[in-house]
Amino acid sequence: MGRPRIALEEVSLTYLTPRGATQALAGVSLAVYPGEFVSIVGPSGSGKSTILSLIAGILQPTAGRVLLDGDPVTGPSQRVGYMLQRDYLFEWRTVTENCLIGPEVQGQDMARARGRVARLLQKTGLTAFADAYPGQLSGGMRQRAALVRTLAIDPDILLLDEPFSALDFQTKLMLADEMWSLLRTEHKTVLLVTHDISEAISLSDRVIVLSRRPGRVKSVHEIRFAGPERPIPFKARGAPEYSGYFHRIWAELDPPGEVNRNVG
Amino acid sequence: MSDEALLARYRRAQRRRRWAVAAAQAALLAAFLLLWELAAARYWVNPMLTSRPSAVWQTLVSMAASGSLWVHVGVTLQETLAGFAIGMALGMGIAVALWWWPALAAVLDPYLVVLNALPKIALGPIFYIWLGHQWSVYGMAVAISVVVTIVMLHAGFSEVEANQVLVMRTFGATRGQILRKVVIPASLPTVMAALKVNIGLTLVGVIVGEFLSARAGLGYLIIYGGQVFQMQLVMTSVVILAVISALLYLAVTWAERLVSRLLHLPVRS
Repeated sequence: MGRPRIALEEVSLTYLTPRGATQALAGVSLAVYPGEFVSIVGPSGSGKSTILSLIAGILQPTAGRVLLDGDPVTGPSQRVGYMLQRDYLFEWRTVTENCLIGPEVQGQDMARARGRVARLLQKTGLTAFADAYPGQLSGGMRQRAALVRTLAIDPDILLLDEPFSALDFQTKLMLADEMWSLLRTEHKTVLLVTHDISEAISLSDRVIVLSRRPGRVKSVHEIRFAGPERPIPFKARGAPEYSGYFHRIWAELDPPGEVNRNVG
Repeated sequence: MSDEALLARYRRAQRRRRWAVAAAQAALLAAFLLLWELAAARYWVNPMLTSRPSAVWQTLVSMAASGSLWVHVGVTLQETLAGFAIGMALGMGIAVALWWWPALAAVLDPYLVVLNALPKIALGPIFYIWLGHQWSVYGMAVAISVVVTIVMLHAGFSEVEANQVLVMRTFGATRGQILRKVVIPASLPTVMAALKVNIGLTLVGVIVGEFLSARAGLGYLIIYGGQVFQMQLVMTSVVILAVISALLYLAVTWAERLVSRLLHLPVRS
């Protein structure tokens, strides 16, 4: 499969606070190849989000290496887009201005960025709201805007931290289909973190199960569906292979840890 | 009854209510002035001690005619606006520095707490000795507003949604970019609240400063009127001061509405 786009080699991370040291990750190794959609599932507090922060260059590992195309991560990179659980749009900027914040901060060519944002807004059905303020948008629309903001810097790696968890069920399913198709046509490499097994199976080529804290890779599941083409997520949920994957992963998943849930 | 008719009736009731409140407010003022005038005229109270609205009015008219009214109002206004601007600018600068260097904030924290709790009026004589009669008023005005500004703004900066800052960090934003593009715009409601608090506080500082040392201004007039036992002068100055402080507060409120509308921020009452 060639060289992985994202690789973690025996990565450990310990959070230090005045109350003590908490080991979030203990020797995690994983690889994501170009164009793959990989999900990490695990109970609350298994260090799922910590993995994304490490790849985004916001945290440095206590031990081990985090590599992008073989190069160690030293800080935030223009190649990596990181989408958080909630949109955290800036209320004082229009949708377009919000989406342009990344290119603006990185000093990219703004004319090109504008073109890219306009195209992405169109693909996500937000063109009519390009000049609206976030306060005028519904939850699903806000999350779409956040996706466009993440894609505006044209990253080839996308990190998604439970991007659907704050949405109602119907919106969640619709947006998952939309995002999946968009990211697939844009040939992005995607790493999604979730505690929703259905979401992970329906979207991914591979599902990595993380143990309870300190997080380590418990098992890896290749997700394959019969047929010439990968079904869209909504169809995948109804595919005959789905429930087998669901039960296997469910059996692997540790019950959630009760202490200090915010170390996600 | 149709919805339109119900809505029209509801709106009429709301309008009536607003008028009734305004009328009651006007009536209260009129009754107070009338009672004051009457009490002084009938010697229920000693007019030497209380003055009376008609005497206040006459004083106002003669001061306006002689031009002294404008001189004193001008002096107080200028001191207030300058003190306000300096206090805000200084406070904002220091608050930004504290945000930029958290270690500095940690070191200075207890000193800010003490300075904030200290009644700044106690510093009046020190400013008089250090700055002289001309500048001590400004010292007083700035001292009284700057610490509150620092404390309020630094708290506001610290309360900016951590994940909005995280969004910026994922893009590799520098500290300066995070400050300019997130922390300051997100804190504008706090800045506006600080403006509102400060315009009143600065006026307090200016009047106290004038009590202590000035040769002109409304605070000087009040002290002078008290010393020569001219209550109509004291009362007139207090009335002018009330009008000025109300107008300044209104101006800040308007500015706040304008900024909120321009930036699409929720208006904080």
